[in-house]
Formats: sequence, C-alpha cells, structure tokens
Amino acid sequence: MTPAIEVRAVEKRFGNVSIIHDLNLSVAKGERHAIIGPNGAGKSTTFNLISGYIRPSSGEIRLNGDVISGLRPFEINRRGLSRSFQVTNVFARMTVWENVRCAVLWATGYRYGFWKNVDELPEVRRRTAEILEDIHLSHRRDVPAGLLTYAEQRELEIGITIAGGANVIMLDEPTAGMSHAETERAVALIRRLTEGRTLVIVEHDMSVVFGLADRISVLVYGRIIASGTPEEIRGNPKVKEAYLGEEAH
Amino acid sequence: MTSTMTSAPDIAATPSGQALRFYGLWAIAAIALVVLPLVFSSGGSLTSFSLIGIAIIFALSYNILLGETGLLSFGHAVHYGLGGFAAVHLMNAVAARGWPIPLPLIPLVGGIGGLAFALLIGWVMTRRAGTVFAMISLGIGELVASSSLILRSVFGGESGITTDRTALPHIFGWSFGPQIQVYYLIAFWVFVAAMAMYALTRTPLGRICNAVRDNPGRVEFIGYDPHVVRYLAYCFAGFFAGIAGGLAAVNFEIANSAYLGAVQSGLVLFATFIGGTAYFFGPILGAILVTYLQLGLTNVTSVWQLYFGIIFIAIVMFAPGGIAGLLMMHRPLIRAGTLTMVIPSYLVAALPTLALACGVILSIETVARYTASEGDGNIINLLGIPFNATAPATWVTAAILIVGGFIVGRITWRRIADAWDRAGSIARDRGYLA
Amino acid sequence: MLELIVISTLNGVLFGMLLFLLSSGLTVIFSMMGVLNFAHASFYMLGAFFGYQLTKWIGFWPALVLAPLLVGAVGMAVERYGLRNTHKHGHVAELLLTFGLAFAIEEIVSMIWGKSPVDYRVPTALDFPAFTVFSTNYPAYKIFMLTVSVAIFVALLIALKRTRIGLIVQAALTHPNMVGHLGHNVGRVFMLVFGVGSALAGLAGVIAGPALVTQSDMAALLGPILFVVIVFGGLGSLPGAFIASLFIGLVQTFAVALNGSLASAFGPLDSSVGPSVLSDIWNVTIAQIAPVLPYVLLVLILIVRPMGLLGTRET
Repeated sequence: MTPAIEVRAVEKRFGNVSIIHDLNLSVAKGERHAIIGPNGAGKSTTFNLISGYIRPSSGEIRLNGDVISGLRPFEINRRGLSRSFQVTNVFARMTVWENVRCAVLWATGYRYGFWKNVDELPEVRRRTAEILEDIHLSHRRDVPAGLLTYAEQRELEIGITIAGGANVIMLDEPTAGMSHAETERAVALIRRLTEGRTLVIVEHDMSVVFGLADRISVLVYGRIIASGTPEEIRGNPKVKEAYLGEEAH
Repeated sequence: MTSTMTSAPDIAATPSGQALRFYGLWAIAAIALVVLPLVFSSGGSLTSFSLIGIAIIFALSYNILLGETGLLSFGHAVHYGLGGFAAVHLMNAVAARGWPIPLPLIPLVGGIGGLAFALLIGWVMTRRAGTVFAMISLGIGELVASSSLILRSVFGGESGITTDRTALPHIFGWSFGPQIQVYYLIAFWVFVAAMAMYALTRTPLGRICNAVRDNPGRVEFIGYDPHVVRYLAYCFAGFFAGIAGGLAAVNFEIANSAYLGAVQSGLVLFATFIGGTAYFFGPILGAILVTYLQLGLTNVTSVWQLYFGIIFIAIVMFAPGGIAGLLMMHRPLIRAGTLTMVIPSYLVAALPTLALACGVILSIETVARYTASEGDGNIINLLGIPFNATAPATWVTAAILIVGGFIVGRITWRRIADAWDRAGSIARDRGYLA
Repeated sequence: MLELIVISTLNGVLFGMLLFLLSSGLTVIFSMMGVLNFAHASFYMLGAFFGYQLTKWIGFWPALVLAPLLVGAVGMAVERYGLRNTHKHGHVAELLLTFGLAFAIEEIVSMIWGKSPVDYRVPTALDFPAFTVFSTNYPAYKIFMLTVSVAIFVALLIALKRTRIGLIVQAALTHPNMVGHLGHNVGRVFMLVFGVGSALAGLAGVIAGPALVTQSDMAALLGPILFVVIVFGGLGSLPGAFIASLFIGLVQTFAVALNGSLASAFGPLDSSVGPSVLSDIWNVTIAQIAPVLPYVLLVLILIVRPMGLLGTRET
C-alpha cells in the first residue's frame, strides 16, 4: 500500500548550514505517527518541509504517492494534508464560528465564491457546527478568537486544522503549555477527531506520545535515528543515549 | 453525534427579528435618500448631498481593501479617476454618435474603467501585502498621475476633459440638467453599490478576505492562495471606486488629473479611517463627516487641511477603531445597562477637553493669521468671541487654554478609564462583553 | 555630448547621494522598528526650511549644524510620543500615523512660510564656479554638497562598523526579529536611531535647499521617489538602497538632460493621424517623461524581481 507520507533523502540548508540532512520518513495510511527529539533537532522544520511552508534543498516528498515537494502550502492542503502550528495561529479578529467556517469553505467547494451568501450554505453551516461541537467551543461561537483563553485557542487551532476534512493531519505540539487536565482533554479530542485518518504529531510530553502513537520516529540533529513501535523505541539504546537518557532522569 | 444533529439548525438559523431589523435598516436608508432633498431643498444642500453620496461609495470601496482585506493603499484614487475618465469619454461618444445609452448607466462604465485597470495592474501589485503593498500603491498612483499629464489626448492635460450630461438620451423625460435629478441618480447608485458591497462581505470571498487580513500565513494552510484573494478584493475595490468616479464625472461634467492624484487618494484614506474600518457603516460616517468638514471648513479657515491632519493623527493614536469603533464600544454597556456609569465621566471630561481643543485652534489660527501678510485678516472669531491675532492677550489665552486644558483634562481622562473599567467588568459579569 | 555626459554624471551622482542620505535613514529605521516612515521626506523639508530660517538669523554655517539637530529633536519627539504609543496597534497604524504627520507637516510649513518658494540662497562663500567643463561652469556649492554627502556616507560606514549602536543596527539589518532581545533600553535605541535618521534627512534638506527649490510641496515631490528607491533596492537592504539611490539619481538626471523624442529620432508622424495616444507618445521628450521614470522602474522590478535588487525579505 502507498504510504500517506513518504519523505526521501530530503535535505534543507539555510545558507551553508544544513538543518536537515538525508531525512527519510514513511507514514502508513491510518497510522498515528509521533516525531520526537531534543530541542533544535529539526522537528518543526520537518513539519514546515512536508506542509510546503519551506522548500527542501534536495530530495523528494510524496503525499499518497504524488510528489508534493516544491508545491505551495495551499496546493498541498488541497491534496488532503492539513497542519496546525506550535504557536497559536488563528484569525484573531474573527469569531470562533467564522474561524472554523473559513477552514470549511474550500473543502466544501465554495472557493472564492462571491455570488453566494455564506450564511445560507447548509453544508458549510452543518460542518462548522459539528466541528465546534467536537472541539467543545459551541458556547463560545460569537467570541473573537483573539479573546479566547490559551487552552481554547489551542482547541480552535485543532478545529481549524481538521475542519477541511484532510485525510492527513499534522499537529505541532498541540498540548504545549497546557495543564495536566487540559492535556488529557486535548489528547482525547485528538484521538477522537483523527479516527480513520493519518496523524503525524510532534510532541514533547512523553506520556502523550506513548499513549497516542502507533509508531514513533526519533529525530536528532536533522536525522531520523530510529523509527518503530513505542516498545521498540523504548528499548532502543541509541534513542536512550541521544534523547530519553537526558529527559528521563 | 445526536446532540450536534439537533443543535446545528438552531445554532445556524438567523433569528427572524434580526432579519427584520436588517431589512428595516436598508428600508430606512432608502427612504432617507428619497426624502432628504425634500427636507433640505436648497441648491447648496443638494450639491453637498451629491458630493457626500459619491464620497460614500468611494470610501466603502476603499474599505474593501483596508478594513476587509487589510491592504493599505495610497493610490486608490487611480481607479476613481480612471472610472471618471472612462465615463466622460463614453458620455462624449454617446452624445456624438447618438448611441442609445442613457445617463443612469454611465457610472457602470466608470466601474468597468476602474475594474479594467485593477485587473491589469492588480496581479503584480497584490503579490505582496503590508508595507510593500502600501509603497507600491503609492508608486502606481504617482505613475498614473504623472502619465495622465503626458497622454494629453486621453486625459486632456491640465484642464481635463469636459462633457455635457444633458446631451445623452433622456429617460423618463429626465434631462439630468437640474441638480435634483443628478442627486437622485447618485442616490440610486449609492443604494445599489452599498448593498452590493455589503453583500460582498457576506460571501465566501468576503470572509476569506477577513481571514487574509487577520493572518495571511494561516490562510495558505486552509486551501487558499492569499495572493488570489488580495487580487480579487483589489478588483472589486477598483470596480466600485470606478463607479464613484463615474458619478463624479456625471456630477461635475468634467474629469481631470486631480481625480486620480495623491490628494484624492489621501482624502479617501482619511474618510475611511476616521469613520472606522471595522464596521460596514464606518466609512459611510467618515465620508459624511470628511465631505461635510471639507465643505464647511473651507469658508471658516484657510488652514482646514491642517485640522484634517490633526483629527486623523488623533484618531490613529487614540481611537484606531474610528468613530464607528468608538460608538460600537458602548454596545455591550448599553446591553448590560451600565452605560449610565460612564456618561458622567464623559460630561466632566468634556469641558477641559474642549478648552484644550479651543487652545489648539486659537494658536493655529494665530500663527496662520500672523504669518499671512494681509493686514485685515487679524480677527479670529472663536465661539463668537473675537480674538486679535497680533495681541499678546490672545497668545496668553491660547497658552492657558492648552496647558490648563491638558492638565485638568488628563485627570478627567483617567476618570473615564476608571469608570470604563467598572462598567466593563459588570458588563463582562453579565456576559455582554467577552 | 561629452559635456552633457560629464555634467549629468556629476549631477546624477549628487542627486543619488542626496537620495541615499534619506534612504539610508529610512532603511535603518524600517529594519529596526518595522516602520516605514512616511514622514521621512517631510523631515527633509523641515531641514530645508529650518536651514533657510536659521541662515536668515544666524548665517549658513551655524544653520548647517543647528538645523539638522533641530530636525533630529523633532524626530525623537515623534518616536517617543507618537510611534511608541501607536506601536501596540500594529505597523499599519504606525504607517498611518507617519502619513498623517507628513500631511500635517506640509500644512504647517505652508502655513508658516507660505506656498510659494522661499529665497534660500547659496552662501556667498560658495557662490562661485568651481571649474568649467567645455563651456559650462560647475558651481562650487554643488561640489560642497557632494563633499558633505560623501563625508556623511563615510562617517556612517565607520559608525556602523565601529560603534556599539552600529553593531546593533547591523544585527537588526540581518536579523530583524532579534531586535526585541536587545534588553530594556530598546526604547532609547529606537529613539536614537529615529533621531539620527531624521537628522540625516534634515541635513539633506539644509544642503539641498539652496540648490533645489525650497517650497512646501518639496516633501510630496521627493517622498514617492524615496519609496521607489527603497522598494527598488530591496526593503531593509542598505547596499540595495545605495545602489538604487545612485541608479535612480543618474537615470532621472540624464532623462531631464535629454531632449530627444521619438519624433526627433524618426521624424514627425503623418499629419493626417491627428491627436491620439500614439502622437502623445511620439512627441513627448525624454525630459518630459523623467518624472514618470522611477515609477516605471518600480513596476519593472516588481515584475522581474519582486523582492527588489538586493532584498531578501518577503514582507
């Protein structure tokens, strides 16, 4: 079966500095895949490369078998890959409802339409309401996103990411900065919302990673040093040395 | 899942009361447009209403860029002016060739003129947003304004191109000679254009424009190309600005290079921003106010443009939401019933603030008269009190008003802030303020 | 022809250096604070008028020092009491504030000094021909202007390489996001940079005033060209601003000096054609299109290289 995401020999240089070298990664369809690694290992850069935010210097990235490296972010998004951001990245002056609705519009085929009343599109309305219900923000629908609490903004961030119905979801540290209770709620949310889809997640919280992921890849200094099931990763001496060793004590 | 099924329809359905209020507002606006000239029927007010109508369309078109899409343009008058020239040329052609095109359709041609240039230049211009877009719009504005003086056959050089609106085929027996008929023509287009621009904000494109304004980077990750969104917004803004320019050509029966110059671009920016960009009615307020001031102040003072600049700077610094923003700020307080808590502090602050304003006006006028070499223009009439610009007593009065007004004013402004805090926190407790 | 080339090159370099005096300040302010100062050309105009007024009162040489300092003080006040308070509303608000200022300054200047040109003369000590090329006398004052602007250019280079502020400015030019980490006196650095930038613009005004026309519309005339320069060179790039300043200075000066048109090159159009866009273009002289040239260059660079000559930044 074609993998959902396949990264082959990707390298990214900024000037003379190579941030990512010879990155190889394969995520099967329907898999929940976590990328872990110490700070500065290139996790966010990997996300940015796959989602088209930056272009690889060399190598190739495929989504469901099609080459996507070199495409613009919106082209990649239209092919069914959606990502969230580590720093909350919502539409601050628009209400929660409008935030989610904007993320629904392209997928429902209304595109740049300027001849239809956006309030009278039943399908858009239904999907927006569903997503709001899913992320527990229905009661805040008329609040400008900029005025939400931090945890609510993180939930909205996830809502915007999944709203378009992409089959590959990439979440960049979705629980960063959350309290323990909020994290638990967010993990349950992620688990439920990505049911039947492919999930790639970057996360620092090891309990989240080991609780959620089917497979884990460990990124150290721009290179994947190990890839496998949570048990394999736990038992891998190289990983212990490079990563878990420092964190676990 | 069942809960979403039941809740989705009532979340989504617009309450019928709201719809009624919405259509009511438009109906009232339409009636006001029809009745206004019957109440104020002097030639002067008809001229003013006509100018205000044109300014309203122009400012609303500008807000498609600034308020809706977050694009700050310093060259929006280009589309207004090209619309005006397109209209004038077509009017002359219609008159010369006897084409069966009546005058009321001419503004549409102006719109097409404005749109055509937007289609042509917009793609390159909207490649980048923010500061770079602002600079480029300024450069394009200068390019068109300077070119208009070279291409004399199209733009008529310094004097412009004149036309005669009554030479077009008459419709319903209207010649459009009298100003009242022109007023109704403008009022009709104000209503149609405002409706259309309002409707535009309610479409998928309109909402994505807002998203591009708030966060263009994120828009790329929900499937949209922000460049395309900006380009489309630019084209719509150019189209409606062209309609305003076409109406101006009909109204003045001339189009000249001043139509597309920097001053015109600056005025529409002033009107839109002073009115407030965050609400649809903001630019309408701004257009009314700025046009009215422009007409009113020119008779009173020689330095009226300076007052414009000062008002604009004050709005940018202290009320970036404009007049509409200031008004709408109070809506949650009204709903929560706490408006009465802030009103007294406003009244108290009004006096020193007014004194400060009078001091500033007095000193500006003093300088203006003092440096103007004419001997007779030395008496400043402020609030009915004559002040002699050359008398030291006037200078002292101005200084006292400014310094005293500022010192006392600062205390009362703080009291406003305190009263606001109290009223706001109650409104927040009652759930009317997020 | 050779005479024209020599004179125009000199004038072009001179105009270019003047542009650079302005665009360098604008570029540094933009890189550090993210603000494109719309009122920058207004500071240049203030410099010219302060220079004129002070020359009348205390003579040209003291004015040459004092006027830029005054303009610098005005700039610092604008930063401290205007921009700093507007910063929280974002860059568009800051840009609008400087736009309003530019408008207000023009009105104040024309209120005080009137709308017609003032009689700002070259000081008598410099009022002689420096040398003669073929039959044209080249005025000493222009050589003086060139010397001053080159001296400032060198001084700026040294300040940038050797002083602490210079290092901070350099860091800001290459890593604009880093400025926030400068620590608690970032406000003072901003104020200083804004003041120095304004003072440089003021100095350009003082020395350009006698050679060009000192009038209340001089800011509105030069401002747009200045923005073309920095967009053309690439926003935030000092070398880019330098190259673009010289290039646009030379292009405009040569264009003004050339009187040719398509009609003079290929003969007049057939008289049966009558007035049309074609005949307008056919008969216009290069000197007449000189004011349009910078903007044509702007459009061209946007199509070919949207980041500008040496620009690296997207926004």
